[in-house]
Amino acid sequence: MNNQQEQVSIKGTKEGLLIALSPSEEWLSITKELAEKLDEQSAFFSGAKVTIDVGARPVPKYELSSLKALLERRGMLLSLVRSESETTLASANSLDLRTFAIDNSHLEDTKIPQRDRDNDDRGDKPIDSEEAGTQGVMVKRTLRSGRTVHSRGHVVVFGDVNPGAKIIAAGDVIIWGKLRGMVHAGAEGDDSVIVCALDMNPNQLRIADHIVTSPSEHQRQVMPEVAFVRDNQIVVEAWT
Amino acid sequence: MGARVITVTSGKGGVGKTTTTANISVALSRLDQRVVMLDADIGLRNLDVVTGLENRIVYDIVDVVEGRCNLKQALIKHKQFPSLYLIPAAQTRDKTAISPADMLDIVAKLKPEFDFIIIDSPAGIERGFRNAVAPADEVIIVTNPEVSAVRDADRIIGLLEAENKEPGKLIINRLKPDMVKKGEMLSADDITDILALDIIGIVPEDEFVIPASNSGVPVTLNEDSKAGLAFQNIARRLLGQNVPLMDLEQQPGFFRRLVKLFNG
Repeated sequence: MNNQQEQVSIKGTKEGLLIALSPSEEWLSITKELAEKLDEQSAFFSGAKVTIDVGARPVPKYELSSLKALLERRGMLLSLVRSESETTLASANSLDLRTFAIDNSHLEDTKIPQRDRDNDDRGDKPIDSEEAGTQGVMVKRTLRSGRTVHSRGHVVVFGDVNPGAKIIAAGDVIIWGKLRGMVHAGAEGDDSVIVCALDMNPNQLRIADHIVTSPSEHQRQVMPEVAFVRDNQIVVEAWT
Repeated sequence: MGARVITVTSGKGGVGKTTTTANISVALSRLDQRVVMLDADIGLRNLDVVTGLENRIVYDIVDVVEGRCNLKQALIKHKQFPSLYLIPAAQTRDKTAISPADMLDIVAKLKPEFDFIIIDSPAGIERGFRNAVAPADEVIIVTNPEVSAVRDADRIIGLLEAENKEPGKLIINRLKPDMVKKGEMLSADDITDILALDIIGIVPEDEFVIPASNSGVPVTLNEDSKAGLAFQNIARRLLGQNVPLMDLEQQPGFFRRLVKLFNG
């Protein structure tokens, strides 16, 4: 698995983002790379809760606090620090951050999963004719105002997406219900994704870099529709 | 057994939480229920004013929590309705003066003595809201037929879901049937379409409400008030009676005859 040692790996988890920083590289070069990676997809990361994993690296308080500030400037919240170094854990404690002490064996798990990976992580298991598929999130209830769902894969909602709720996904967004909130599909730049809903009436819809708002409601027909990008703009068609 | 604990909340301010709390409580007490109202809006207490009990306050809920008096001493008995009591909020402190655990504690002590504990929640989604809903068995969400109030109600329902509370019942307050008819105001259907909650009452806009609140005599005592009747109906529904939602197109005189018909 360690074919190339990445300095920075960013992974979406249930609790938010897990950012693993290489324990060996130069700290300044790591934070620079982190900042660049985050800025590439700032819309996607903004608002995320972050767990930082620094492995065995002893991180002094001033470095940790500048890392925290770096995240906060991008609208992200550092909520947990994982490390096996006592120094790092002490720094985190003095900054009132939650900590999680780890041992070496977990470090192997902190690589980014590739979005369209064809191979399962457990390479020794033969893959038969089953589709490998892409990771996604299934939400089995109505998303009410104030709720946000982040995913680096697809999002499926079995329920409505109410005004004031937000879905940000790197992949497709499929809503088995009414869409009246905000959806950003292809948030990492992929404009080949689709958004579909049984009743498509989002207050704003984004696919990759494209944005549309719903036309004001006059005699809108309620029917399943799908939105996608064609000729550099978002179009909505009947979902058949 | 013990009391049913019902919290009245809304998210948005000014939609009529306190008016609802006062009127439902008075209406329940007139139906021979033992009711205590608990004002959780610390720092901005109003429930005592609209129920005409302001000048009777000696101790408040913060005094109870901080041990300056016992619970019985903070209970104010309503003279006109002997089965109705109030525990007032403090006016000088803020929401952090009490915690959700304090609320659970107070409610647990009140439960054996009453049939209903009605908690008036402050606006917002912060500490005051969490204090108010912590002990609730049931939640009543008050909203107005306007988009911002419905949006905030939706947020509140989401927060209650996250705490695994029962989904709650909806009161639509200050509805103007003629505006709904002209399509200028959200209808009850528009609102339930988004919130997906059962409606326990629709209270029409009514010019009797504000003078009633100002004089400390809740509007539900006014036999000419449609809003007052709506609150009576909500109290009946809380007791499990099957009272149909009233037809807001009709004249008030007709309602009174209808109510008399039902009540004999």
